[in-house]
Amino acid sequence: MLRLAIRRDRWLLPAWVLALAAMAGFSASATANLYPDISSRVDAAEVINATPSLVALYGRVYDPTSIGSLALIKLTALGAAMVAVLMIVVTVRHTRAEEAAGRLELLSAGVVGRAAPLAAALTLTLGASVALGLLTAAALIVAGLPAVGATAFGLGWAAAGIAFSALAAVTAQLTTGSRAATGLAIVGLAVAYLLRAVGDIPDSGPSALTWLSPIGWTQQVRPFAGDRLALLLLPVLLAIVLVAIAFELRARRDLGEGMIAERSGPARGDITNTWGLAVQLNRGVLVFWGVAMILFGVLLGSLTSSVSGMLDSPAMRDFFESLGGEQGIVNAFLSAELAIVGSIVAAFGIQAAGHLRAEETAGRAEVVLATATSRLRWANGLFGVALGGVALLMLLVGLALGVGHALDVGNTSMIGDLVLASLARIPAAWIMTALVMAVFGWAPQLTGLVWGLYAASVVLVELGALWNLPSWMMDLSPFTHSPKLPGATGVIVPLITLTTCAGLLAAIGYVGWSRRDLTP
Amino acid sequence: MAVSVTSSDLVIEAHGLVKSFGTTKALAGLDLEVARGEVHGFLGPNGAGKSTTLRVLLGMLRIDAGTVRLLGGDPWRDTAMLHSRLAYVPGDVSLWPNLSGGEVIDLLGRLQGGQDPARRDRYLELFDLDPTKKSRTYSRGNRQKVALISALASNADVYLLDEPTAGLDPLREVDFRTCVRELRDEGRTILLSSHILSEAEALSDRVTIIREGRAVETGRLDQLRHLTQTSVTAELVTVPDGLERIAGVHNLIVDDHRVTAHVEQRGMDALMQALSASGIRSLVSQPPTLEELFLRHYGPAASSQSNDA
Repeated sequence: MLRLAIRRDRWLLPAWVLALAAMAGFSASATANLYPDISSRVDAAEVINATPSLVALYGRVYDPTSIGSLALIKLTALGAAMVAVLMIVVTVRHTRAEEAAGRLELLSAGVVGRAAPLAAALTLTLGASVALGLLTAAALIVAGLPAVGATAFGLGWAAAGIAFSALAAVTAQLTTGSRAATGLAIVGLAVAYLLRAVGDIPDSGPSALTWLSPIGWTQQVRPFAGDRLALLLLPVLLAIVLVAIAFELRARRDLGEGMIAERSGPARGDITNTWGLAVQLNRGVLVFWGVAMILFGVLLGSLTSSVSGMLDSPAMRDFFESLGGEQGIVNAFLSAELAIVGSIVAAFGIQAAGHLRAEETAGRAEVVLATATSRLRWANGLFGVALGGVALLMLLVGLALGVGHALDVGNTSMIGDLVLASLARIPAAWIMTALVMAVFGWAPQLTGLVWGLYAASVVLVELGALWNLPSWMMDLSPFTHSPKLPGATGVIVPLITLTTCAGLLAAIGYVGWSRRDLTP
Repeated sequence: MAVSVTSSDLVIEAHGLVKSFGTTKALAGLDLEVARGEVHGFLGPNGAGKSTTLRVLLGMLRIDAGTVRLLGGDPWRDTAMLHSRLAYVPGDVSLWPNLSGGEVIDLLGRLQGGQDPARRDRYLELFDLDPTKKSRTYSRGNRQKVALISALASNADVYLLDEPTAGLDPLREVDFRTCVRELRDEGRTILLSSHILSEAEALSDRVTIIREGRAVETGRLDQLRHLTQTSVTAELVTVPDGLERIAGVHNLIVDDHRVTAHVEQRGMDALMQALSASGIRSLVSQPPTLEELFLRHYGPAASSQSNDA
């Protein structure tokens, strides 16, 4: 069973593990270049430590003189969260989702113990987490950071992965359906993150709330600033307890049903057309994203006044100016952050448009197309919701950003600019969404590859400047061409070009879709 | 574009359909004709091309060669318009896990237009389906019921049913047959693709047997039955000689006073006369079943026999 699990994830897992480790390594070496001497590091660290919203988001820099502590400030908590998400998804995939797809029943009928899939899933995530931890440590050592700290950091990530995959094992036993299991585990992660965020704020040191959070524990290991490795035992112990609970629950429940009983639905329905169906399919995810965008926007907006202090290093200033606006460091910062948000929202667009292919493979497209619904109308619903969702999310981010900023500086001067700046990122995200439509129309089996193109586009734009890539390479990514608002000029032409490209890709996709066979 | 019905009143007309998927030839020159108001059985093993044919009729697949007309229109070009007069039950029903059965039935009804609420409620009760349960909790049979109820409740002229009772229990199967007969009596047309020979036998007016992408047998069941042999078992007072020399009598077995044989139609009369002249104590005769018909085309002697008649 373990071999089956490994085989199914043989691209996904190693790719992510390598990507995460590489991110850590590159951040470390980049920071070393940006803050070459101790005093610049101390200054930067003190700014971060003095800003409550930054501390909430990232955590404290516990040793201002250490490169590692500063470089990885974003990655100790946020990175651990990313690792946790990966492990949650993998765990649920192999337990809950398999059951729902009926594969598990097939295996259970054979010579496979009842708890074997769960054990296999957990073994896989354990192995992956440890591998990730070691690889990350190696990457950091290669980047020039001290070995003990690097190991502490790597193992911190591994511990987070282990703890949250154990949590996912439990939620998978409690719910019906993989979406619910993943969602519940991510809520747990979010709570853990929030506890840590609130707990870290007081100057006197982490409060009791931080100690309630597994993410807090990994942070308190304080890699490069004390290296309190013993604390790693806490997440591991939690994992052991959760795993025991998961196996106990597993032994008790029926295959297929979760322990939280299914609520019954209405006897009559009110969906009238394919748009309504598309909204229904995307509703939960859209709400989740919407709330996340609002929170993120408000948080980000409230950071703006502290930005100029953070960028005391001349290299950092230059870096931000090359990425973002022409007027003002604040604009540059906001522009850079909005670029990141824009590329994250593009992921929503790709995922939402991916429903086109998912419905086809599941056989549900066939059910709808057998009614008096044309191919165009069917695709319009799902594709339209994907595009609309992207636009709505960027609008929400812009508004939240404006509100956060207004709360921070005390006036509403920038709300309009921030909303416009946010909306300006939509066309690039639409290009990625339309790319899904194009691939779906001509080579539906390859729809998943768009994620690879997406990842490449994001890496090109975010890390290209850092790695000094030639500009023709960076131009390959649609995100490079988004107007760098607020503060940029020459906005209209790129927006029109990007939107036109998105429109062309969509049209190509529609043509292919109406010409080809339905191939589940 | 106005949809007109051909003069011979054929609802489905397909000639020489060819469809390949890569190197696999799913349809190799299929002919199919379904007349208005009949229940047409479409029989064949897995992989013979039944589902492919249905999907061509539904405009989901484009044929490589051949012609196909559905209700006088082109299934590929006039898809949405034709579908307003069509209802389909797929072989393996997938539904949206979060929607309840009732929501799905209503959704499909609205997308189709023209769902009859009285029929909908009646079928819900008849098939004993709880519409408040979410689709993910339904067994395969229940999912099939959702699709069946949606289809039967629509006011379609043509029904394409792909293995519609594969997951239903025998009680529901009986109900299903009653529903199909009602539809037929209302003048609607049903194309019923099935493995279940007894069902096809009970319901179909005509059948088409498909093998490896071609139709190997088409016709009314009673016509097709002529082509197979009736089995006759008789207990006689005295066993006469020369029974095996009667034309049309095969596989004669004489065991004490018991005589068993397979008789073609042409030899039935002569055999009966010979038997009754010898004094019949008991006589059992079994008509050819669709099963035998079927096995003729898939048994080892298939290729030579399929060229007869």
